[in-house]
Amino acid sequence: MRVVVMVKATEDSEAGIMPTTELLAAMGKYNEELVNAGIMMAGEGLHPSVKGKRIAFDGPGRTVIDGPFAETRELVAGFWLWEVKDMAEAIEWAKRCPNPMPGPSELEIRPVFEAADFGEAFTPELVEQEERLREKAAKR
Amino acid sequence: MAATETHHAIETVFRIEQARLIGGLARMVRDVGLAEELAQDALVIALSEWPKTGVPKNPGAWLMAAAKRRAIDGFRRKTMLARKHAEIGRDLEDESVSPVEAIEAALDDDLGDELLGLIFTACHPILSPEARAALTLRLIGGLTTDEIARAFLSSETTIAQRIVRAKKTLGKAGLAYEVPRGPERKERLASVLEVIYLIFNEGYAATAGEDLIRPALCAEGQRLGRILAGLLPGEPEVFGLLALMEIQASRLNARVAPDGSPIPLTEQNRARWDQLLIRRGLAALERAEALGGAEGPYALQAALAACHARAHKPEETDWKRMAGLYDRLRAVMPSPVVDLNRAVAHSMAFGPEAGLTLLSEIDPAGALAGYAPLPAARGDFLFRAGRLAEARVAFERAAALSRNDPEKAFLLKRAAACGG
Repeated sequence: MRVVVMVKATEDSEAGIMPTTELLAAMGKYNEELVNAGIMMAGEGLHPSVKGKRIAFDGPGRTVIDGPFAETRELVAGFWLWEVKDMAEAIEWAKRCPNPMPGPSELEIRPVFEAADFGEAFTPELVEQEERLREKAAKR
Repeated sequence: MAATETHHAIETVFRIEQARLIGGLARMVRDVGLAEELAQDALVIALSEWPKTGVPKNPGAWLMAAAKRRAIDGFRRKTMLARKHAEIGRDLEDESVSPVEAIEAALDDDLGDELLGLIFTACHPILSPEARAALTLRLIGGLTTDEIARAFLSSETTIAQRIVRAKKTLGKAGLAYEVPRGPERKERLASVLEVIYLIFNEGYAATAGEDLIRPALCAEGQRLGRILAGLLPGEPEVFGLLALMEIQASRLNARVAPDGSPIPLTEQNRARWDQLLIRRGLAALERAEALGGAEGPYALQAALAACHARAHKPEETDWKRMAGLYDRLRAVMPSPVVDLNRAVAHSMAFGPEAGLTLLSEIDPAGALAGYAPLPAARGDFLFRAGRLAEARVAFERAAALSRNDPEKAFLLKRAAACGG
Protein backbone atom coordinates (compact mmCIF):
# COMPACT_ATOMS: atom_id res chain seq x y z
CA MET A 1 0.00 0.00 0.00
CA ARG A 2 1.02 3.56 -0.51
CA VAL A 3 0.93 6.16 2.23
CA VAL A 4 1.61 9.86 2.26
CA VAL A 5 3.53 10.91 5.34
CA MET A 6 3.05 14.61 6.02
CA VAL A 7 5.37 16.72 8.12
CA LYS A 8 3.07 19.15 9.85
CA ALA A 9 4.10 22.80 9.92
CA THR A 10 5.21 24.58 13.07
CA GLU A 11 5.69 28.27 13.86
CA ASP A 12 9.37 27.83 13.03
CA SER A 13 8.73 26.28 9.63
CA GLU A 14 6.09 28.90 8.86
CA ALA A 15 8.58 31.61 9.85
CA GLY A 16 10.93 30.21 7.20
CA ILE A 17 13.56 29.07 9.69
CA MET A 18 15.75 26.64 7.75
CA PRO A 19 16.81 23.29 9.22
CA THR A 20 20.24 23.11 10.85
CA THR A 21 23.14 21.30 9.19
CA GLU A 22 22.79 18.67 11.88
CA LEU A 23 19.14 18.03 11.09
CA LEU A 24 19.83 18.02 7.35
CA ALA A 25 22.50 15.36 7.91
CA ALA A 26 20.21 13.25 10.11
CA MET A 27 17.38 13.60 7.59
CA GLY A 28 19.74 12.64 4.76
CA LYS A 29 20.72 9.47 6.61
CA TYR A 30 17.08 8.67 7.32
CA ASN A 31 16.10 9.19 3.69
CA GLU A 32 18.91 6.89 2.67
CA GLU A 33 17.54 4.21 4.99
CA LEU A 34 14.10 4.64 3.45
CA VAL A 35 15.54 4.24 -0.03
CA ASN A 36 17.60 1.20 0.96
CA ALA A 37 14.55 -0.42 2.53
CA GLY A 38 12.85 -0.01 -0.83
CA ILE A 39 9.91 1.99 0.51
CA MET A 40 10.70 5.59 -0.51
CA MET A 41 8.86 6.64 -3.67
CA ALA A 42 9.07 10.42 -3.41
CA GLY A 43 9.55 13.14 -0.85
CA GLU A 44 9.81 16.91 -0.81
CA GLY A 45 10.00 19.81 1.62
CA LEU A 46 7.60 22.71 1.12
CA HIS A 47 8.11 26.44 1.39
CA PRO A 48 6.13 28.18 4.16
CA SER A 49 2.52 29.02 3.36
CA VAL A 50 3.45 32.68 2.79
CA LYS A 51 4.53 31.53 -0.67
CA GLY A 52 1.37 29.46 -1.17
CA LYS A 53 -2.00 30.16 -2.77
CA ARG A 54 -5.42 28.71 -2.14
CA ILE A 55 -8.20 28.39 -4.67
CA ALA A 56 -11.58 28.62 -2.96
CA PHE A 57 -14.55 26.99 -4.72
CA ASP A 58 -18.15 28.02 -4.27
CA GLY A 59 -20.42 26.65 -6.96
CA PRO A 60 -19.09 28.13 -10.20
CA GLY A 61 -17.06 30.76 -8.30
CA ARG A 62 -13.26 30.58 -7.94
CA THR A 63 -11.37 32.88 -5.59
CA VAL A 64 -7.60 32.96 -5.23
CA ILE A 65 -6.40 33.52 -1.66
CA ASP A 66 -2.81 34.52 -0.94
CA GLY A 67 -0.82 32.95 1.91
CA PRO A 68 0.20 32.96 4.68
CA PHE A 69 -2.56 30.88 6.16
CA ALA A 70 -3.60 30.68 9.80
CA GLU A 71 -4.16 27.37 11.65
CA THR A 72 -0.41 26.58 11.48
CA ARG A 73 -0.80 23.10 12.96
CA GLU A 74 -2.98 22.05 10.04
CA LEU A 75 -0.49 23.14 7.40
CA VAL A 76 1.98 20.82 5.72
CA ALA A 77 5.71 21.56 5.64
CA GLY A 78 6.81 18.52 3.69
CA PHE A 79 5.80 15.03 2.64
CA TRP A 80 6.95 11.58 1.61
CA LEU A 81 5.22 8.99 -0.49
CA TRP A 82 6.05 5.51 0.76
CA GLU A 83 5.23 2.05 -0.49
CA VAL A 84 4.81 -0.14 2.60
CA LYS A 85 3.25 -3.49 3.42
CA ASP A 86 0.79 -2.13 5.95
CA MET A 87 0.08 0.77 8.30
CA ALA A 88 2.09 -0.86 11.09
CA GLU A 89 5.20 -0.73 8.93
CA ALA A 90 4.55 2.92 8.08
CA ILE A 91 4.20 3.74 11.78
CA GLU A 92 7.44 1.95 12.62
CA TRP A 93 9.35 3.83 9.93
CA ALA A 94 7.78 7.15 10.91
CA LYS A 95 8.89 6.60 14.51
CA ARG A 96 12.47 6.27 13.26
CA CYS A 97 12.36 9.72 11.67
CA PRO A 98 14.51 12.36 13.37
CA ASN A 99 12.36 15.13 14.83
CA PRO A 100 11.93 17.25 11.70
CA MET A 101 11.53 20.50 13.66
CA PRO A 102 13.49 22.28 16.42
CA GLY A 103 10.50 22.06 18.80
CA PRO A 104 7.64 19.60 19.22
CA SER A 105 6.29 18.44 15.87
CA GLU A 106 4.06 15.89 14.22
CA LEU A 107 3.97 13.48 11.30
CA GLU A 108 0.65 12.40 9.85
CA ILE A 109 0.29 9.15 7.88
CA ARG A 110 -2.54 8.84 5.37
CA PRO A 111 -3.13 5.78 3.17
CA VAL A 112 -3.51 6.50 -0.53
CA PHE A 113 -6.73 5.31 -2.18
CA GLU A 114 -6.34 2.31 -4.44
CA ALA A 115 -8.80 1.21 -7.11
CA ALA A 116 -9.99 -1.66 -4.90
CA ASP A 117 -10.88 0.81 -2.12
CA PHE A 118 -13.64 2.29 -4.24
CA GLY A 119 -15.45 -1.06 -4.22
CA GLU A 120 -19.18 -0.46 -4.37
CA ALA A 121 -18.71 3.22 -5.16
CA PHE A 122 -17.29 2.19 -8.52
CA THR A 123 -20.84 2.19 -9.93
CA PRO A 124 -21.98 0.68 -13.24
CA GLU A 125 -22.17 4.25 -14.59
CA LEU A 126 -18.52 4.83 -13.74
CA VAL A 127 -17.65 1.45 -15.20
CA GLU A 128 -19.43 2.50 -18.38
CA GLN A 129 -17.57 5.80 -18.37
CA GLU A 130 -14.37 3.78 -18.12
CA GLU A 131 -15.45 1.69 -21.09
CA ARG A 132 -16.23 4.79 -23.15
CA LEU A 133 -12.87 6.27 -22.29
CA ARG A 134 -11.24 3.05 -23.38
CA GLU A 135 -13.12 2.98 -26.67
CA LYS A 136 -12.17 6.57 -27.30
CA ALA A 137 -8.58 5.83 -26.45
CA ALA A 138 -8.65 2.84 -28.79
CA LYS A 139 -10.03 4.87 -31.69
CA ARG A 140 -7.73 7.81 -31.20
CA MET B 1 -1.11 0.40 24.55
CA ALA B 2 -3.00 -2.87 24.57
CA ALA B 3 -0.86 -6.00 24.76
CA THR B 4 -1.93 -7.23 21.32
CA GLU B 5 -1.10 -3.87 19.78
CA THR B 6 2.33 -3.96 21.38
CA HIS B 7 2.84 -7.45 20.01
CA HIS B 8 1.83 -6.26 16.58
CA ALA B 9 4.27 -3.35 16.78
CA ILE B 10 7.08 -5.66 17.90
CA GLU B 11 6.36 -8.08 15.10
CA THR B 12 6.51 -5.19 12.66
CA VAL B 13 9.90 -4.10 14.01
CA PHE B 14 11.04 -7.68 13.66
CA ARG B 15 9.80 -7.90 10.08
CA ILE B 16 11.78 -4.79 9.20
CA GLU B 17 14.94 -6.03 10.93
CA GLN B 18 14.82 -9.75 10.24
CA ALA B 19 16.65 -9.90 6.90
CA ARG B 20 19.67 -8.03 8.26
CA LEU B 21 19.47 -10.04 11.44
CA ILE B 22 19.42 -13.40 9.67
CA GLY B 23 22.11 -12.18 7.27
CA GLY B 24 24.46 -11.26 10.10
CA LEU B 25 23.75 -14.43 12.05
CA ALA B 26 24.09 -16.70 9.01
CA ARG B 27 27.54 -15.34 8.35
CA MET B 28 28.46 -16.01 11.96
CA VAL B 29 27.08 -19.53 12.36
CA ARG B 30 27.42 -20.52 8.69
CA ASP B 31 23.93 -21.99 8.64
CA VAL B 32 20.93 -20.10 7.40
CA GLY B 33 18.44 -22.45 9.12
CA LEU B 34 20.13 -21.98 12.50
CA ALA B 35 20.35 -18.24 11.86
CA GLU B 36 16.61 -18.09 11.29
CA GLU B 37 15.97 -20.04 14.50
CA LEU B 38 18.21 -17.69 16.48
CA ALA B 39 16.40 -14.68 15.02
CA GLN B 40 13.08 -16.23 16.04
CA ASP B 41 14.46 -16.80 19.54
CA ALA B 42 15.37 -13.12 19.68
CA LEU B 43 11.82 -12.23 18.66
CA VAL B 44 10.43 -14.38 21.47
CA ILE B 45 12.70 -12.60 23.97
CA ALA B 46 11.67 -9.20 22.59
CA LEU B 47 8.00 -10.13 22.88
CA SER B 48 8.48 -10.80 26.57
CA GLU B 49 10.87 -7.89 27.33
CA TRP B 50 9.68 -4.98 25.23
CA PRO B 51 6.15 -4.69 26.60
CA LYS B 52 7.85 -3.99 29.97
CA THR B 53 10.80 -1.87 28.82
CA GLY B 54 9.44 -0.33 25.65
CA VAL B 55 10.98 -0.79 22.20
CA PRO B 56 14.72 -0.03 22.48
CA LYS B 57 16.23 2.87 20.58
CA ASN B 58 18.14 0.64 18.21
CA PRO B 59 15.91 -2.45 17.97
CA GLY B 60 18.03 -4.08 15.27
CA ALA B 61 21.15 -4.07 17.46
CA TRP B 62 19.12 -5.24 20.45
CA LEU B 63 17.72 -8.20 18.52
CA MET B 64 21.16 -9.05 17.19
CA ALA B 65 22.65 -8.98 20.69
CA ALA B 66 19.86 -11.21 22.00
CA ALA B 67 20.28 -13.67 19.13
CA LYS B 68 24.04 -13.74 19.60
CA ARG B 69 23.64 -14.51 23.29
CA ARG B 70 21.39 -17.42 22.35
CA ALA B 71 24.01 -18.61 19.89
CA ILE B 72 26.72 -18.46 22.55
CA ASP B 73 24.52 -20.37 25.00
CA GLY B 74 23.94 -22.98 22.34
CA PHE B 75 27.63 -23.32 21.63
CA ARG B 76 28.40 -23.62 25.34
CA ARG B 77 25.82 -26.34 25.87
CA LYS B 78 26.85 -28.48 22.99
CA THR B 79 30.16 -30.19 22.65
CA MET B 80 31.60 -28.84 19.47
CA LEU B 81 32.65 -31.59 17.14
CA ALA B 82 33.98 -29.44 14.37
CA ARG B 83 36.98 -27.27 15.12
CA LYS B 84 35.54 -24.55 12.94
CA HIS B 85 32.54 -24.34 15.21
CA ALA B 86 34.70 -24.12 18.29
CA GLU B 87 36.56 -21.22 16.73
CA ILE B 88 33.35 -19.42 15.96
CA GLY B 89 32.27 -20.01 19.55
CA ARG B 90 35.50 -18.47 20.81
CA ASP B 91 35.13 -15.52 18.51
CA LEU B 92 31.68 -14.97 19.86
CA GLU B 93 32.79 -15.16 23.45
CA ASP B 94 35.60 -12.70 22.85
CA GLU B 95 33.12 -10.23 21.48
CA SER B 96 30.71 -10.84 24.31
CA VAL B 97 32.90 -8.72 26.61
CA SER B 98 30.79 -5.74 25.58
CA PRO B 99 28.47 -7.29 23.06
CA VAL B 100 26.14 -4.41 22.31
CA GLU B 101 28.88 -1.93 21.43
CA ALA B 102 30.79 -4.51 19.46
CA ILE B 103 27.70 -5.52 17.56
CA GLU B 104 26.61 -1.98 16.94
CA ALA B 105 30.05 -1.22 15.52
CA ALA B 106 29.85 -4.31 13.33
CA LEU B 107 26.37 -3.43 12.17
CA ASP B 108 27.43 0.06 11.22
CA ASP B 109 30.33 -1.38 9.30
CA ASP B 110 28.67 -3.51 6.70
CA LEU B 111 24.96 -3.55 7.22
CA GLY B 112 24.47 -3.70 3.50
CA ASP B 113 26.98 -6.48 3.05
CA GLU B 114 25.18 -8.79 5.43
CA LEU B 115 21.85 -8.26 3.74
CA LEU B 116 23.45 -8.64 0.33
CA GLY B 117 25.22 -11.80 1.46
CA LEU B 118 21.87 -13.24 2.51
CA ILE B 119 20.23 -12.31 -0.80
CA PHE B 120 23.04 -13.97 -2.75
CA THR B 121 22.76 -17.05 -0.52
CA ALA B 122 18.98 -17.38 -0.79
CA CYS B 123 19.32 -17.04 -4.57
CA HIS B 124 22.24 -19.47 -4.89
CA PRO B 125 22.27 -21.30 -8.23
CA ILE B 126 22.55 -24.67 -6.48
CA LEU B 127 18.86 -24.21 -5.63
CA SER B 128 16.01 -24.47 -8.13
CA PRO B 129 14.44 -21.13 -9.13
CA GLU B 130 11.25 -22.07 -7.21
CA ALA B 131 13.22 -22.86 -4.07
CA ARG B 132 15.17 -19.62 -4.44
CA ALA B 133 11.96 -17.63 -4.78
CA ALA B 134 10.37 -19.23 -1.72
CA LEU B 135 13.48 -18.77 0.40
CA THR B 136 13.93 -15.16 -0.73
CA LEU B 137 10.33 -14.29 0.11
CA ARG B 138 10.70 -16.01 3.48
CA LEU B 139 14.07 -14.61 4.56
CA ILE B 140 14.23 -11.21 2.87
CA GLY B 141 10.57 -10.42 2.21
CA GLY B 142 9.50 -11.69 5.64
CA LEU B 143 6.46 -13.50 4.21
CA THR B 144 5.03 -16.43 6.13
CA THR B 145 5.04 -19.91 4.64
CA ASP B 146 1.27 -19.69 4.34
CA GLU B 147 1.50 -16.40 2.41
CA ILE B 148 4.12 -17.83 0.05
CA ALA B 149 1.98 -20.93 -0.54
CA ARG B 150 -1.07 -18.81 -1.38
CA ALA B 151 1.01 -16.58 -3.62
CA PHE B 152 2.29 -19.53 -5.65
CA LEU B 153 -1.05 -21.37 -5.63
CA SER B 154 0.63 -24.17 -3.73
CA SER B 155 0.06 -25.92 -0.41
CA GLU B 156 1.69 -24.77 2.80
CA THR B 157 3.25 -28.22 3.27
CA THR B 158 4.85 -28.13 -0.17
CA ILE B 159 6.34 -24.70 0.41
CA ALA B 160 7.48 -25.55 3.94
CA GLN B 161 9.25 -28.65 2.63
CA ARG B 162 10.75 -26.69 -0.23
CA ILE B 163 12.19 -24.16 2.22
CA VAL B 164 13.50 -26.81 4.62
CA ARG B 165 15.17 -28.69 1.76
CA ALA B 166 16.67 -25.48 0.41
CA LYS B 167 18.14 -24.61 3.79
CA LYS B 168 19.57 -28.14 4.09
CA THR B 169 21.12 -27.92 0.63
CA LEU B 170 22.70 -24.61 1.51
CA GLY B 171 23.93 -25.98 4.84
CA LYS B 172 25.56 -29.00 3.17
CA ALA B 173 27.26 -26.82 0.58
CA GLY B 174 29.25 -25.10 3.34
CA LEU B 175 28.82 -21.62 1.92
CA ALA B 176 30.59 -18.57 3.27
CA TYR B 177 27.53 -16.31 3.20
CA GLU B 178 29.67 -13.62 1.67
CA VAL B 179 28.95 -11.34 -1.25
CA PRO B 180 30.59 -13.06 -4.23
CA ARG B 181 33.38 -11.12 -5.92
CA GLY B 182 35.28 -11.46 -9.15
CA PRO B 183 34.12 -13.63 -12.03
CA GLU B 184 31.69 -15.59 -9.84
CA ARG B 185 29.73 -12.44 -9.14
CA LYS B 186 28.21 -12.04 -12.60
CA GLU B 187 26.74 -15.53 -12.64
CA ARG B 188 25.48 -15.26 -9.05
CA LEU B 189 23.94 -11.86 -9.72
CA ALA B 190 22.12 -13.26 -12.77
CA SER B 191 20.63 -15.88 -10.47
CA VAL B 192 19.44 -13.17 -8.04
CA LEU B 193 17.86 -11.09 -10.80
CA GLU B 194 16.15 -14.15 -12.25
CA VAL B 195 14.49 -14.86 -8.89
CA ILE B 196 13.33 -11.28 -8.39
CA TYR B 197 11.82 -11.19 -11.87
CA LEU B 198 10.20 -14.57 -11.29
CA ILE B 199 8.56 -13.21 -8.13
CA PHE B 200 7.39 -10.09 -9.96
CA ASN B 201 6.01 -12.05 -12.90
CA GLU B 202 4.15 -14.46 -10.67
CA GLY B 203 2.29 -11.42 -9.33
CA TYR B 204 1.86 -9.93 -12.79
CA ALA B 205 0.29 -13.16 -14.03
CA ALA B 206 -2.33 -13.06 -11.28
CA THR B 207 -5.82 -12.20 -12.45
CA ALA B 208 -8.47 -10.03 -10.83
CA GLY B 209 -10.42 -11.65 -8.02
CA GLU B 210 -7.57 -13.90 -7.01
CA ASP B 211 -6.13 -13.90 -3.50
CA LEU B 212 -4.64 -10.43 -3.00
CA ILE B 213 -1.33 -11.92 -1.94
CA ARG B 214 -0.66 -12.85 -5.58
CA PRO B 215 -0.71 -9.37 -7.09
CA ALA B 216 1.21 -8.26 -3.98
CA LEU B 217 4.13 -10.27 -5.36
CA CYS B 218 4.67 -7.47 -7.90
CA ALA B 219 5.19 -5.03 -5.05
CA GLU B 220 7.46 -7.60 -3.39
CA GLY B 221 9.56 -7.92 -6.55
CA GLN B 222 9.77 -4.15 -6.94
CA ARG B 223 10.78 -3.73 -3.32
CA LEU B 224 13.52 -6.37 -3.69
CA GLY B 225 14.69 -4.62 -6.86
CA ARG B 226 14.81 -1.25 -5.10
CA ILE B 227 16.70 -2.73 -2.13
CA LEU B 228 19.18 -4.38 -4.48
CA ALA B 229 19.66 -1.13 -6.39
CA GLY B 230 20.54 0.56 -3.09
CA LEU B 231 23.00 -2.21 -2.22
CA LEU B 232 24.61 -2.54 -5.66
CA PRO B 233 24.63 0.99 -7.09
CA GLY B 234 27.21 0.09 -9.74
CA GLU B 235 25.49 -2.90 -11.36
CA PRO B 236 23.70 -1.85 -14.58
CA GLU B 237 21.48 -4.93 -14.91
CA VAL B 238 20.09 -4.37 -11.40
CA PHE B 239 18.82 -1.02 -12.66
CA GLY B 240 17.72 -2.59 -15.94
CA LEU B 241 15.55 -5.07 -14.08
CA LEU B 242 14.25 -2.40 -11.71
CA ALA B 243 13.33 -0.21 -14.69
CA LEU B 244 11.56 -3.10 -16.38
CA MET B 245 9.50 -3.91 -13.26
CA GLU B 246 8.60 -0.28 -12.49
CA ILE B 247 7.42 0.38 -16.05
CA GLN B 248 5.46 -2.86 -16.30
CA ALA B 249 3.89 -2.22 -12.89
CA SER B 250 2.84 1.26 -14.02
CA ARG B 251 0.17 -0.44 -16.14
CA LEU B 252 -1.20 -2.74 -13.44
CA ASN B 253 -4.31 -0.62 -12.85
CA ALA B 254 -5.04 -0.10 -16.53
CA ARG B 255 -4.71 -3.63 -17.84
CA VAL B 256 -7.87 -5.19 -16.41
CA ALA B 257 -11.44 -4.16 -17.22
CA PRO B 258 -13.94 -3.78 -14.37
CA ASP B 259 -15.37 -7.20 -15.33
CA GLY B 260 -11.93 -8.75 -14.90
CA SER B 261 -11.09 -9.30 -18.57
CA PRO B 262 -7.61 -8.29 -19.69
CA ILE B 263 -7.18 -5.15 -21.81
CA PRO B 264 -4.43 -5.27 -24.46
CA LEU B 265 -1.76 -2.61 -24.23
CA THR B 266 -2.90 -0.66 -27.29
CA GLU B 267 -6.41 -0.33 -25.87
CA GLN B 268 -5.54 0.62 -22.32
CA ASN B 269 -6.56 4.01 -20.94
CA ARG B 270 -3.10 5.52 -20.74
CA ALA B 271 -4.30 8.19 -18.31
CA ARG B 272 -4.45 5.36 -15.78
CA TRP B 273 -0.81 4.41 -16.17
CA ASP B 274 1.07 5.27 -13.00
CA GLN B 275 3.25 8.21 -14.02
CA LEU B 276 5.29 8.03 -10.81
CA LEU B 277 6.34 4.47 -11.59
CA ILE B 278 7.04 5.40 -15.21
CA ARG B 279 9.31 8.23 -14.11
CA ARG B 280 11.07 5.96 -11.65
CA GLY B 281 11.42 3.31 -14.36
CA LEU B 282 12.82 5.75 -16.90
CA ALA B 283 15.28 7.08 -14.31
CA ALA B 284 16.43 3.54 -13.49
CA LEU B 285 16.83 2.80 -17.21
CA GLU B 286 18.90 5.94 -17.67
CA ARG B 287 21.08 4.82 -14.78
CA ALA B 288 21.52 1.34 -16.31
CA GLU B 289 22.57 2.93 -19.61
CA ALA B 290 24.89 5.43 -17.90
CA LEU B 291 26.59 2.48 -16.17
CA GLY B 292 27.32 1.00 -19.59
CA GLY B 293 24.54 -1.57 -19.46
CA ALA B 294 22.45 -0.54 -22.46
CA GLU B 295 22.91 -3.96 -24.09
CA GLY B 296 21.91 -5.99 -21.03
CA PRO B 297 18.84 -8.19 -21.55
CA TYR B 298 16.87 -6.51 -18.73
CA ALA B 299 17.88 -3.01 -19.83
CA LEU B 300 16.82 -3.78 -23.40
CA GLN B 301 13.46 -5.15 -22.26
CA ALA B 302 13.05 -2.06 -20.08
CA ALA B 303 13.89 0.15 -23.08
CA LEU B 304 11.15 -1.64 -25.03
CA ALA B 305 8.66 -1.13 -22.20
CA ALA B 306 9.76 2.52 -22.09
CA CYS B 307 8.81 2.99 -25.77
CA HIS B 308 5.19 2.26 -24.82
CA ALA B 309 5.42 4.28 -21.60
CA ARG B 310 6.63 7.36 -23.47
CA ALA B 311 3.80 7.25 -26.03
CA HIS B 312 0.72 9.11 -24.82
CA LYS B 313 -1.30 7.54 -27.63
CA PRO B 314 -0.74 4.13 -29.26
CA GLU B 315 0.02 5.74 -32.64
CA GLU B 316 2.81 7.77 -31.07
CA THR B 317 4.72 4.55 -30.35
CA ASP B 318 8.24 4.68 -31.78
CA TRP B 319 8.11 1.37 -33.64
CA LYS B 320 11.38 1.98 -35.51
CA ARG B 321 13.17 2.30 -32.21
CA MET B 322 11.40 -0.82 -30.95
CA ALA B 323 12.38 -2.76 -34.07
CA GLY B 324 16.02 -1.82 -33.45
CA LEU B 325 15.79 -2.74 -29.78
CA TYR B 326 14.37 -6.18 -30.66
CA ASP B 327 17.27 -6.70 -33.09
CA ARG B 328 19.64 -6.03 -30.19
CA LEU B 329 17.65 -8.07 -27.66
CA ARG B 330 17.71 -11.04 -30.02
CA ALA B 331 21.51 -10.90 -29.99
CA VAL B 332 21.79 -11.13 -26.18
CA MET B 333 18.67 -13.16 -25.40
CA PRO B 334 17.81 -15.41 -28.33
CA SER B 335 14.28 -16.78 -28.06
CA PRO B 336 11.49 -17.55 -30.53
CA VAL B 337 9.13 -15.28 -28.57
CA VAL B 338 11.58 -12.39 -28.98
CA ASP B 339 11.72 -13.25 -32.72
CA LEU B 340 7.93 -13.10 -32.94
CA ASN B 341 7.75 -9.75 -31.14
CA ARG B 342 10.58 -8.51 -33.32
CA ALA B 343 8.57 -9.39 -36.43
CA VAL B 344 5.57 -7.47 -35.03
CA ALA B 345 7.72 -4.40 -34.30
CA HIS B 346 9.26 -4.53 -37.78
CA SER B 347 5.80 -4.85 -39.36
CA MET B 348 4.64 -1.76 -37.49
CA ALA B 349 7.81 0.18 -38.36
CA PHE B 350 8.42 -0.91 -41.95
CA GLY B 351 5.16 -2.49 -43.15
CA PRO B 352 3.56 -5.94 -43.17
CA GLU B 353 5.95 -7.38 -45.77
CA ALA B 354 8.89 -6.79 -43.41
CA GLY B 355 6.98 -8.61 -40.70
CA LEU B 356 6.17 -11.53 -42.99
CA THR B 357 9.80 -11.88 -44.03
CA LEU B 358 10.91 -12.13 -40.39
CA LEU B 359 8.08 -14.52 -39.54
CA SER B 360 9.18 -16.85 -42.33
CA GLU B 361 12.48 -17.25 -40.44
CA ILE B 362 10.67 -18.68 -37.41
CA ASP B 363 10.29 -22.45 -37.50
CA PRO B 364 6.52 -23.11 -37.23
CA ALA B 365 7.23 -26.62 -35.95
CA GLY B 366 9.72 -25.35 -33.36
CA ALA B 367 9.20 -23.99 -29.87
CA LEU B 368 6.24 -21.88 -31.01
CA ALA B 369 4.28 -24.80 -32.53
CA GLY B 370 0.72 -24.56 -31.28
CA TYR B 371 1.30 -21.01 -30.00
CA ALA B 372 -1.74 -18.95 -31.06
CA PRO B 373 0.04 -15.54 -31.23
CA LEU B 374 2.23 -16.85 -34.11
CA PRO B 375 -0.60 -17.43 -36.65
CA ALA B 376 -2.43 -14.42 -35.19
CA ALA B 377 0.53 -12.18 -36.07
CA ARG B 378 0.77 -13.78 -39.53
CA GLY B 379 -2.94 -13.14 -40.02
CA ASP B 380 -2.51 -9.52 -39.04
CA PHE B 381 0.43 -8.97 -41.42
CA LEU B 382 -1.40 -10.71 -44.31
CA PHE B 383 -4.55 -8.69 -43.62
CA ARG B 384 -2.62 -5.43 -43.70
CA ALA B 385 -0.88 -6.58 -46.90
CA GLY B 386 -4.31 -7.08 -48.48
CA ARG B 387 -3.91 -10.87 -48.78
CA LEU B 388 -7.33 -11.50 -47.24
CA ALA B 389 -7.89 -15.15 -48.11
CA GLU B 390 -4.56 -16.17 -46.57
CA ALA B 391 -5.22 -13.90 -43.59
CA ARG B 392 -8.52 -15.64 -42.94
CA VAL B 393 -6.86 -19.06 -42.82
CA ALA B 394 -4.22 -17.75 -40.39
CA PHE B 395 -6.80 -16.15 -38.06
CA GLU B 396 -8.88 -19.33 -38.05
CA ARG B 397 -5.82 -21.39 -37.23
CA ALA B 398 -4.96 -18.97 -34.38
CA ALA B 399 -8.53 -19.14 -33.05
CA ALA B 400 -8.39 -22.93 -33.06
CA LEU B 401 -5.17 -22.86 -31.02
CA SER B 402 -6.32 -20.23 -28.51
CA ARG B 403 -7.32 -21.50 -25.09
CA ASN B 404 -8.75 -18.18 -23.98
CA ASP B 405 -12.41 -17.50 -24.84
CA PRO B 406 -12.35 -13.70 -25.32
CA GLU B 407 -9.18 -14.09 -27.42
CA LYS B 408 -10.75 -16.85 -29.50
CA ALA B 409 -13.82 -14.69 -30.14
CA PHE B 410 -11.61 -11.77 -31.14
CA LEU B 411 -9.64 -13.90 -33.61
CA LEU B 412 -12.81 -15.34 -35.18
CA LYS B 413 -14.10 -11.78 -35.60
CA ARG B 414 -10.91 -10.86 -37.40
CA ALA B 415 -11.26 -13.98 -39.60
CA ALA B 416 -14.81 -12.98 -40.49
CA ALA B 417 -13.64 -9.45 -41.36
CA CYS B 418 -11.47 -10.95 -44.09
CA GLY B 419 -14.62 -11.84 -46.04
CA GLY B 420 -14.59 -14.93 -48.15
